[in-house]
Amino acid sequence: MAKTLYQKIYASHVVGKLNPSTDLLYVDRHLIHEVTSPQAFSGLKLANRSVRRPDLTFATMDHNVSTQRRSIDAAGETSRKQLEALAANCDENRIPLLDLTHPDQGIVHVIGPEQGLTQPGMIIVCGDSHTSTHGAFGALAFGIGTSEVEHVLATQTLPQQQAKTLKVEINGELSGHVTPKDVIMAVIGKLGTAGGNGYVAEFSGRAIRAMSMEGRMTLCNMSIEMGAKAGLIAPDQITFDYIKGKAHAPKAEHWDGAVAYWQSLYSDADAVFDTVVEIDAAAITPQITWGTNPEQVMAVDQSVPSPDSFTDATKRDAAERALAYMGLEPGQKLTDCKVDVVFIGSCTNSRIEDLRAAASVVQGKKVAAGVRALVVPGSGVVKRQAEAEGLASIFKDAGFEWREPGCSMCLGMNDDRVEAGQRCASTSNRNFEGRQGRGARTHLVSPAMAAAAAIAGKFVNIAAVANEKGDRA
Amino acid sequence: MSKIFAQGLVCPLDKNNVDTDQIIPKQFLTSVSRDGFAEAMFFDWRYLADGSPNPDFVVNRPEYKGASILLTRANFGCGSSREHAPWAIKQYGFTVIIAESFADIFFNNSVNNAMLLIQLSKTNIDLLFNRCQQGPQQWQIDLASQEIMFGNNAAMGFNIDADIKQRLLSGLDFIGSSEQLNSQIADYEQSRKASQPWLG
Repeated sequence: MAKTLYQKIYASHVVGKLNPSTDLLYVDRHLIHEVTSPQAFSGLKLANRSVRRPDLTFATMDHNVSTQRRSIDAAGETSRKQLEALAANCDENRIPLLDLTHPDQGIVHVIGPEQGLTQPGMIIVCGDSHTSTHGAFGALAFGIGTSEVEHVLATQTLPQQQAKTLKVEINGELSGHVTPKDVIMAVIGKLGTAGGNGYVAEFSGRAIRAMSMEGRMTLCNMSIEMGAKAGLIAPDQITFDYIKGKAHAPKAEHWDGAVAYWQSLYSDADAVFDTVVEIDAAAITPQITWGTNPEQVMAVDQSVPSPDSFTDATKRDAAERALAYMGLEPGQKLTDCKVDVVFIGSCTNSRIEDLRAAASVVQGKKVAAGVRALVVPGSGVVKRQAEAEGLASIFKDAGFEWREPGCSMCLGMNDDRVEAGQRCASTSNRNFEGRQGRGARTHLVSPAMAAAAAIAGKFVNIAAVANEKGDRA
Repeated sequence: MSKIFAQGLVCPLDKNNVDTDQIIPKQFLTSVSRDGFAEAMFFDWRYLADGSPNPDFVVNRPEYKGASILLTRANFGCGSSREHAPWAIKQYGFTVIIAESFADIFFNNSVNNAMLLIQLSKTNIDLLFNRCQQGPQQWQIDLASQEIMFGNNAAMGFNIDADIKQRLLSGLDFIGSSEQLNSQIADYEQSRKASQPWLG
C-alpha cells in the first residue's frame, strides 16, 4: 500500500504493540538539555533504572546559559545548579555533553544537524517543542515532556499512536526578500495556531526543493507553532551534501548504504494524506506578527486588523486582547511603529545563512539611536564562521551586541529580557504574552526584516526598500 | 460499572490558546525538582506586579478556592513542551481539565501525570460555561462510564482513547509497561545494527 514519508518512518520503528492503538517506537537519537532533563534523571535513579543507550543520547547546555560570557556561573545561582546537574548526570551516565567549555556548544536544534547527529529516516526526540526542526532532514522529530525523557533514557523507546497526515505544498517560486521564515509564518496564518493539532505536516513543492537546509530547518522549526506534532521534508541531494563529512555522519564505509536508504524516504506518489493544503509561493510577502500568537500575522505592508474584521467570535476576542497587550490600534501600520529591541537568534533563525541575510542589510549602517540590538549565534560553529566571514565585524561596527551561543532572548531564561512595554523585532518563534519578559511586546520577523528594523528604528518592508534601491536580489 | 476519577469544584477559565508560557513562565524552569510549582501556576495573570494576588483573575476568586476541575476552551497548553505546566496545574489541585481541544505535547504530559483531560465539542463546552454562570459547580467525573455528572441525575458523556482510559484506571507504571517488551527492544536493536550499521 502507498505510504506517506511519515508512515514509512513510523512503520520502520515499531518495536511492538503496547495496546490496540499504541505502538512502542524505537528512538534513534535523544537530545537533552539542562531544563527538561534533571527530573528525568532523578526519576531514573529513584526507580533504580539506568540509561539504556548513552551512545544514542547527546546533551548540550543552551536554554539558560549566559550569552555574555561562556561561564557556568554567569547566569545566576539557580541556572548554575541546573547546568551542574546536567554535567553530573551526563558524567554519571557516560552521555556525551557539549558543555560551555566545548567550542561547538550551542542551541540543541542547531548543533544536532551541525554535528551530523540528525539524519534522514531517524526518530529524534528532545524535551523541547522545537525538536520539529530536525524534520528538515526527513527525520521524524518531535518534542516530548520530562516523563517521556525519562522513558526514553530507560528504554530508548516511546509509546506512540499514529498521527494524521497533512501535506503543505508550496508551489512555484518565492519572490526576492521572501524567506523561509515568511513562508512558515504565512502558513501558520492560514492554518491557525491549532490547525496542525494531531497531524504530522510534510512540506513539499518546488519552493521547498529550492531551499537550503538552513531554510528548511526554519520552516520545520515553526511547524509546532501551528500545533503539528512534527514537520517533515523528504531528503534530497541538498540534504545528503549537508550531512556529508559532519562529525557524526555515517562513516565512509557506510555512506553509500546510508544514502541508498535515504533515497527511499519520500511519500509515494499515490499516498493519501488526510489533509492537503496548497499555497502559491509567489503570493507570499514579507510577514510580521501583530498579536500574541503566531497565527496573528500579516504582510508587513498591511495595516493592523480591526477585531471586528474577524467573523469568528473567538478570534475577535483574541484580537481585542492581543491589541490591548501589544499597545496597537486597528488600522495602524507597523512600518510607522518604533522598535526598542532587536533580537537576531534562536533555534529558528541563528544559523549562518540567517546571519548573512541580516549582515547584508546592516553592512555600512548604524543601529538607530535608542535601539538595543543583539545577535546571538546558534552555536560555536556558527559564531566562528560568522567571524571568519567578517559578519561579526559588520554587526559590531553597526552597534549590535555580538554574543555567545544560547537560546537567550527567545525565552528570556537567562538575563536577556525585553522590558515591560518595550517593542521587540525578534527572529524567534513565539510572540506569546510575556515570552521575552513580562509585558514584552514581540513581533516575529525574518532576520533581514529584524536587521532593517534595527537600522531604521522602526519596522520596515524589506521588499519595498530593496525595490527603491533597484536591488531585485 | 462506575469509577469516580474526581469530584469537586469547577473553575471556569474562559480563554482560548492558553500557552504553557502562561501556565508557568520561564523563571520557574530553573528548578531541578518536580515539586514546588503550585504557586507559579498562571503566574503573570495570577499576581499583580507588586506580587499580590490579582483579585480579577478567576483562579483567585473566593468562590473557586479549592477547585479541582479546570474548564477552559480551545488549544489549551500550546507552545513549549515544558512538563512543568501540568506539574504546576496538578500541584495546585486540578486533576481534571475539560476543554474544546488540547495541544498534543501538553496532553501527553498531563496523562503521564495521571491527569484526566476531557475533550468536548464547542457546543458542549459552551453548555458547561453556561452552567458555571449560574453559580459555583460541583461535578463528579466518572471515568468508567465516561460521564461528567452534574448532580440531580444530569450528566454529559465524553469520549476518551481506550488505551489512555485503561492506563488511568489501572494506574500502570509508564516505563514499567514498556519494559515488558524488553526482549523485543533488544531484537529490534539487533536487526537495526545489521540493516543500518551507520546508526550505531
